[in-house]
Amino acid sequence: MAAVFYISSALAILATLMVITRSQIVHALLYMVLSLFSIAVAFFSIGAAFAAALEIIVYAGAIMVLFVFAIMTINPQGEKTGIGIATRLRAWGLPVVMSLIIFGEVLYVFVHATFGEAQPKFVTAKEVGITLFGQYAVAVELASILLLSGLVGAYHIGRRKKS
Amino acid sequence: MIVPLDHMLIVAAVIFCIGLTGVLARRNILLTLMSIEIMLNASGFAFIAAGTKWGHPDGQAMFIFILTMAAAEVAVGLALIFQIVHRFKTLDADAVSSMRG
Amino acid sequence: MSWALNNIWLVPLLPFTGFIILVIGGKRLSKALVSAIGPGSAGLSALVTIGATAGFSRLPAGQDFVNVPVWDWLRLTDALNVSCGFQIDALSLLMALVITIVGSVIHVYSCGYMAEDDGYQRFFAYMNLFVAAMLLLVLSDNLLLLYVGWEGVGLCSYLLIGFWYKEPSNNRAAIKAFVVTRIGDTAMILGIIYLFLNLGTLNIADLQAAAGNNWETPSREAILATILLLGGALGKSAQLPLQTWLPDAMAGPTPVSALIHAATMVTAGVYLIARMHGLFELAPPVQHAVAIIGALTLLMAGLSATVQTDIKRVLAYSTMSQIGYMFLALGLGAWPAAMFHFGTHACFKALLFLGAGCVILAMHHEQNMYKMADGLWKKMPITFFAFLVGGAALASLPFLTSGFYSKEGILTAAWNTDFVLWGAGVAGALITAFYTFRMIFLTFFSETKSNHHRDVEAKTPLTMWSSLVVLAGATVGLSFVRSWFAESASESESILPEVVASGASILGLFGAYLFFKANAFHEGRTSLWLRFVSGGFGFDLLYDAVFVRPFAALAFRNRNDAIDRGVHGIENLFVKIFTITSGLQTGKVRQYLIGIALGAIALVSAVVLL
Repeated sequence: MAAVFYISSALAILATLMVITRSQIVHALLYMVLSLFSIAVAFFSIGAAFAAALEIIVYAGAIMVLFVFAIMTINPQGEKTGIGIATRLRAWGLPVVMSLIIFGEVLYVFVHATFGEAQPKFVTAKEVGITLFGQYAVAVELASILLLSGLVGAYHIGRRKKS
Repeated sequence: MIVPLDHMLIVAAVIFCIGLTGVLARRNILLTLMSIEIMLNASGFAFIAAGTKWGHPDGQAMFIFILTMAAAEVAVGLALIFQIVHRFKTLDADAVSSMRG
Repeated sequence: MSWALNNIWLVPLLPFTGFIILVIGGKRLSKALVSAIGPGSAGLSALVTIGATAGFSRLPAGQDFVNVPVWDWLRLTDALNVSCGFQIDALSLLMALVITIVGSVIHVYSCGYMAEDDGYQRFFAYMNLFVAAMLLLVLSDNLLLLYVGWEGVGLCSYLLIGFWYKEPSNNRAAIKAFVVTRIGDTAMILGIIYLFLNLGTLNIADLQAAAGNNWETPSREAILATILLLGGALGKSAQLPLQTWLPDAMAGPTPVSALIHAATMVTAGVYLIARMHGLFELAPPVQHAVAIIGALTLLMAGLSATVQTDIKRVLAYSTMSQIGYMFLALGLGAWPAAMFHFGTHACFKALLFLGAGCVILAMHHEQNMYKMADGLWKKMPITFFAFLVGGAALASLPFLTSGFYSKEGILTAAWNTDFVLWGAGVAGALITAFYTFRMIFLTFFSETKSNHHRDVEAKTPLTMWSSLVVLAGATVGLSFVRSWFAESASESESILPEVVASGASILGLFGAYLFFKANAFHEGRTSLWLRFVSGGFGFDLLYDAVFVRPFAALAFRNRNDAIDRGVHGIENLFVKIFTITSGLQTGKVRQYLIGIALGAIALVSAVVLL
């Protein structure tokens, strides 16, 4: 099982790298889907099946599809397609440096932290459900309100006024 | 423990940093939004890793909330991008700079 | 003691209250209300002063001094104890009577003169403040309070000279007056400090008693103190060498010239020397210097007055000259004679100024004597008659006028003391009569038949000519009270000096008449000597070349010194900071994102590493 995890996480990292370095948006999108799938496999391998399923259904299946719809609607073509990257490598200097700083600090924390040992356990969906609707019931309600407001907001903002 | 916790967290950190780089370096708005999604995903990964270490379902519960929030955010963000494209006719982030000075 | 004596503090307070009301009310008050408050407060103050005089006269014989302390003002340990109090004796009552009564008359006159002016309320506010400050000056019992009044009148002089501030030359004249008197004020405050350090008190009565006890005659300390105080008096009274501001001060409205620059403020120096006579008696060289300065000024100013074309400048130089007479009397030790001349001068000079104001207003603000309409004496009879009364008093025509008796007092004292000074006084009397009647003839009797481009304004307002009548009555009436001011030993042995002096004035009158008949007075004479004399004997040019220009050049050279650079440096620094921080707002989303990320990294680093 450990090997699965390492392979899938390596794949995820590679795919994410591809996402941010592509010049065509659709390519980036597809690599993103691949990355999400890999992370889902990684979730499976460490025993979080419910999260993995959710990742595939919601993230890769809904959010990325939303992105695809957006790109289809906007239909960027011509000079809009290749916007952004990397003809100017100079634009990447500062972000890379900043990311390396963050990563370095994270490593620093991990090096100095002690993580205890724990036993492998497969967390089932049933347990997650009990926790969600028992302990975190209020948070679930709030999340639903958030979704509602997101829905209304998106509708209102995206509306084309007949002017 | 199948995989040591720090390995999982390191993976999450790597993906997070890659997402951060993408947010700052890309000029296309859509790709910026996508990089934000990458970062959110990575932080969710960290939560799940922590949850499996303790054997609790709380990590996955947090992951669900993060997912919810990401979905709402993407919806609103894409609506805004629609308006920007409609008005500025381009996906260039630097074009949306009329509040200069 | 009478009620008025006990409440003498009402006298300066009433005009001050008027000032406060007029300042707060400002343009909201109606003109009628302002006309009631302005002259009304001065008039009430005059009534209280008259009551105080009545009460004072009823005091038991031998008591000639009343002290009315009001409250303790400064009390620093036991060394410095300055109270806000008033002292009343004959000198201060005389000054207060003149200030309030003549002041009230001039206030009433101003209701007519300034009726069309926009700044009506402002004018009366300033005039009330002036009357309050002047009263404070003459009634105070210590030098510090006197100095407060001194500064107050200087301020009001500045405000009122520059009353029509929209004209830049008026502002320059006001600044000139203030700066020149300021030189004197500085000397005066140094003198006050010196007196305090030496004698330990600022109360005037105690001061003079202490000086009499501690200093012998003559003494170095007394000389130094009196020289400094004299400096202040010279500045305020426009005597040599600080006299250059008075002719230019005529830029103010005519009632201002009448009140401030004829009757009251310029006599503040006279009051100061008279009040501190104890000190001056301890320093005979300085007292002699006072007399010499007075004599020089009266001659110089009189000569300048004979060649002026502006009627107000004639009167300005005339004021300078007459105050020179007062200084002469003070220098000779003839204190009552000086104060009597002050009293008569206040009345007739104010009368002359107000009459000149009537003429100016009737000629539509024309002040050049050569441009007055023909036969003005027929067209403005009341003004002419009042002017004649005042002019006769100024020229001290014998036996008829109070001016004669007051000048007599001075010349008699000079005859008894110093022949040269008496000669100067007599010469001055001749010159005075000459320029006075030159002025009257040119203004009222001009027959050039070329000046009918201006019609005489129909009617002088009631407020104006009634004031003239009152002042004329006062001028005449003062000659009947001359016995109050006579010293016991003022009778001289022979009548020769009186005859010579009377002869001088009549000679001056005839001289003016002859010159006028021979058409010898011309405008615009360009001979160098005449221009020199008419410009006040070149003092303006001298001061300009010696003081003003070098100082201005030095200031210009120094305009970028270290302090300026420091201040500009602060300014430049802030402009740079502003430019940098406003450069951060580019409107580009990506740069804002970088900013956010940088901030987050900094926070995280802070948490992790600390």
